[in-house]
Amino acid sequence: MSAGIELWPPAASHHAQQVDLLIGSFGAMVWLLTIPVFVLMSWFAIRYRRSREVNRDHAPTRNLWVEVGWSVIPFILVLGFYVWATMLFLDLYRPPPDAIPIHVVAKQWMWKFQHPDGAREINNLHVPAGRPVKLIMTSEDVIHSFYVPALRQKQDLVPGRYTSLWFNADKPGRYPLRCAEFCGADHSAMGGTLIVMPPQDYAVWLGRNRDGGMDGTLAQAGARLFRDLGCSGCHSAAASVKAPPLEGIFGRPVALADGGTLIADDQYLSDSILLPNKQVAAGYRPIMPTYGNVLAPEQVNALVAYLKSSRAREDSK
Amino acid sequence: MTDEPRFEHPPEERAPSYLAESHSLRSWFFTTDHKRIALLYLVSITLFFLIGAGAAALIRLDLLTPQGDLLTNDGYNRAFSIHGIIMVWFFLIPSIPNVLGNFLVPIMIGTRDLAFPRLNLLSWYIYILSGLLTLYVVVSGGVDTGWTFYTPLSSVYANGAVVATIVAVFISGFSTILTGLNFIVTIHKLRAPGMTWSRLPLFIWSHYAVSIIFVLATPVLAITLLLVAAERLIGIGVFDPRLGGDPLLFQHLFWFYSHPAVYIMVLPALGVVSELITAAAHKRIFGYWFVAFASIAIAVIGFMVWGHHMFVSGQSVFASAVFSFLSIAVAVPSAIKVYNWTATLYKADVAIDAPLLFALGFIGLFVAGGLTGLMLAMLAIDVHVTDTYFVVAHFHYIMVGGSVTAFFGGLHFWWPKMTGRLYNETLGRIAAILILVGFNITFFPQFLLGYQGMPRRYHVYPPEFQVLHVISSLGAALLAVGYAMPAFYLLWSLLPGGRRAPANPWGASGLEWTTSSPPPKHNFIAQPVVVRQPYDYPLAHPASRDDG
Amino acid sequence: MAEGGVQEPFARAARQREAERLGMLIFLASEVMLFGGIFAAALALRLEHPAGYVDAAHHLKLWLGTANTGVLLTSSLCAALAVQAARNGQARWAACALWGAVALGTVFLAIKGVEYAGEYREGLMPGMATTHFEGRTQQLFMNLYFIGTGLHAVHVTFGLALLAAAALNRGARQDRHAMLIGNVALYWHLVDVIWVFLYPTLYLAGVR
Repeated sequence: MSAGIELWPPAASHHAQQVDLLIGSFGAMVWLLTIPVFVLMSWFAIRYRRSREVNRDHAPTRNLWVEVGWSVIPFILVLGFYVWATMLFLDLYRPPPDAIPIHVVAKQWMWKFQHPDGAREINNLHVPAGRPVKLIMTSEDVIHSFYVPALRQKQDLVPGRYTSLWFNADKPGRYPLRCAEFCGADHSAMGGTLIVMPPQDYAVWLGRNRDGGMDGTLAQAGARLFRDLGCSGCHSAAASVKAPPLEGIFGRPVALADGGTLIADDQYLSDSILLPNKQVAAGYRPIMPTYGNVLAPEQVNALVAYLKSSRAREDSK
Repeated sequence: MTDEPRFEHPPEERAPSYLAESHSLRSWFFTTDHKRIALLYLVSITLFFLIGAGAAALIRLDLLTPQGDLLTNDGYNRAFSIHGIIMVWFFLIPSIPNVLGNFLVPIMIGTRDLAFPRLNLLSWYIYILSGLLTLYVVVSGGVDTGWTFYTPLSSVYANGAVVATIVAVFISGFSTILTGLNFIVTIHKLRAPGMTWSRLPLFIWSHYAVSIIFVLATPVLAITLLLVAAERLIGIGVFDPRLGGDPLLFQHLFWFYSHPAVYIMVLPALGVVSELITAAAHKRIFGYWFVAFASIAIAVIGFMVWGHHMFVSGQSVFASAVFSFLSIAVAVPSAIKVYNWTATLYKADVAIDAPLLFALGFIGLFVAGGLTGLMLAMLAIDVHVTDTYFVVAHFHYIMVGGSVTAFFGGLHFWWPKMTGRLYNETLGRIAAILILVGFNITFFPQFLLGYQGMPRRYHVYPPEFQVLHVISSLGAALLAVGYAMPAFYLLWSLLPGGRRAPANPWGASGLEWTTSSPPPKHNFIAQPVVVRQPYDYPLAHPASRDDG
Repeated sequence: MAEGGVQEPFARAARQREAERLGMLIFLASEVMLFGGIFAAALALRLEHPAGYVDAAHHLKLWLGTANTGVLLTSSLCAALAVQAARNGQARWAACALWGAVALGTVFLAIKGVEYAGEYREGLMPGMATTHFEGRTQQLFMNLYFIGTGLHAVHVTFGLALLAAAALNRGARQDRHAMLIGNVALYWHLVDVIWVFLYPTLYLAGVR
């Protein structure tokens, strides 16, 4: 049966409270602008109803300044809210550098999460309270959307590309997580729980679950894959086939065959594995086979994590 | 109710009406008379409305319980998909333009027919062909993509009759394009002598604006759907990431059509309401040029806001900020219309009849829908409420609360002109109020559901949302009664012995009220010549108005 | 439609001609938007795979595409000449020019057919048993190429039928206002213009 009626969803982050404040203030302004219209409209209709003797002389049919006034003033008021809402939105695209990266892969109809140190889970996502978390997300099949109402945030997961979302949940608790983009038959069953834990509890949970998924950290799993797939056969200085060296490539500029340059990021590394001919590094021939049919998205994530970690090793030298 | 004659050639009510001309089936199915074609459309869109409403009833019944006892997950998906597809392409888009527009555009500008009468009939046949294909889809088990056909769900993963549905929508597009073409040419080339652009009724302005969208946006939908069908049949891969294609490209192309399509549904409604308000107020519209150009502005800016459907899809942040700004800008012309309608009622001579009640109901619901649309245009708010029931409620306020209410208002207002009969005014007022109340009970709770985080297109939902869903379903039952009532009293008025309508039962201005009810085959006995401004009611000339 | 004198609901022939011309132009605007979708897709594809797009375009037969551009432009010229001849009252010249346009349009389709056949032999036609692509971007490009040129070829075929109908219609040839011929020629010019945009989008992209 019904669990009662709840008029306002819980807010698990500072951002969520900001969104509530924004919609509350905007709602107040909206009422301020509309109530006079509704009141005047009803009052005019009743006061000037047919057969009633009232003064109808000098009924105006145009007035330029009135028109300009009621177009421009509300527009400027709304523009103020536009600036506010856009600033809040831009914050969502500036994750702090120390955010914990968690990989998310969605498929019909489940959520798969990979923590940086190897713990894996399905449909439930454990995060520490008060620490920024960055989700690096992709989909195996159709478009899904990661939605946690308590965070007031959602982001689509698009096959073939990475999208990301970061948050800092400061209130421990269990919050529903839902798929918001229609994704087929069991769309409505594609839910889970975001579990925000005090940091010490999270550490304990991680310790218990580290071996729950792949053994070792994500980067270690990636290193093993790198070896098993024979990537080093080409991508190493000693190899007979000439391919770009990959040590420490993450975050560095890469010159491309078509003359452009880009910074090697998650998207570039993943594309280079799945669609190797999309952006070919300058000075190399486009001969790498695609691994699109060989690797699952989680394995690509592991490889990318490994390449990232090789940057960290280089930097620490 | 009698005003001085407004036009130089008052009609002599002697010629047989367009209804009495001939009674054979042939004279209906091969007619090129725009008025008869309008009635053919009225009957056919009503049938599709019933099918779409049936699907809506299934959805609302199923959502009475959180676990969805009536339908399977897949069955539910098929129900809302067919509801959306039929209501958008087979009811809302053709509703006002093809019924009221078809009937009134030539009469309002004082000509005998649309510029290309045979093309007009052809567009009805194309509509029927696509409609039959849609019925085939319904019978053969339906489609499970939603009306939005997002790739790669539609192109690879869905297992319903996707290609047949796409072909049906594709074909219906030609009907729409031909209608738009016909309206534009008619309005440019067939206006009566003296019917200058500054004398055009606002109904015509809004139909001109909507025709531009018909002609320029519909082909983009056509090619997009063609690409989806080709993707599904031979895997061309333009939208398939496994071949390096881009699923977001589909969304860009789809919304490039479908956002203007929202204005296709609402612009004609705005035109209808301008007519209803002025006729009830017996006063010239306040700010004629602002209201007229607002329609054009909506049509033009409406082409530049499609990206506001994609704020969380992964499009660039900069693009989102620009689309958000433009979406706020497109609200301005809509607001201008509302303010001008309100000002029109000031010092007016208001007849509180059913058409006015529908018009006022429209304004209230349209304002609520428009302002929640403004909320959705705000980036940070949209991230939370997009793809939830907040969006469902928002667009139902615009399309059902707005367009359908205006369509009913227009149908009541012009019913005497179209059929020559008067409907029961008391029942009309009751229906108008019932629809307003039922609509709000149905859809207002959905705003709350959305803000609480209930995603749209959910068959099974958390139990804490049940109370609001039950309220919504009860409201839907009330709304259904409200919509069913006019069907009965309007048809009742057609029975032998129904009250006959005079040429101008509302004492309204406008050329359509100068000819008989129903009009003769060629609309006017003699070519009308226009010598006055539009909405030339006595109140517009306070100086010349004497007491009484 | 035009030749039978004034029809309902028009009162004057001049007004009816203006309306028919305006209707044709609006229809063409609609057609432009239809192909706009194809060009948008090609633009997106090229932005996302700059190198692969150029490589794939390199495989097209540039000289066949170029020849076809010349053929179609000349055909369009014939259509324009037909309009001028009809306006000058030279009905026979108008018919000759129209048939010239039809002949060149047919040559265009023939060359296109030869090109398709070559691509079929090379295994570049999607959905066939012999299909083998060098890479995914090439597959994507060729698919778009077939959709774009195929849709264009459908328009060419339809245009040829219209041109032939106009050439066979005595009333149209003798119409000093060249209404039917003028509208058909407009349509034919649009088909030409679309090709003029398809040619650089698909063929010239591969020129290094």
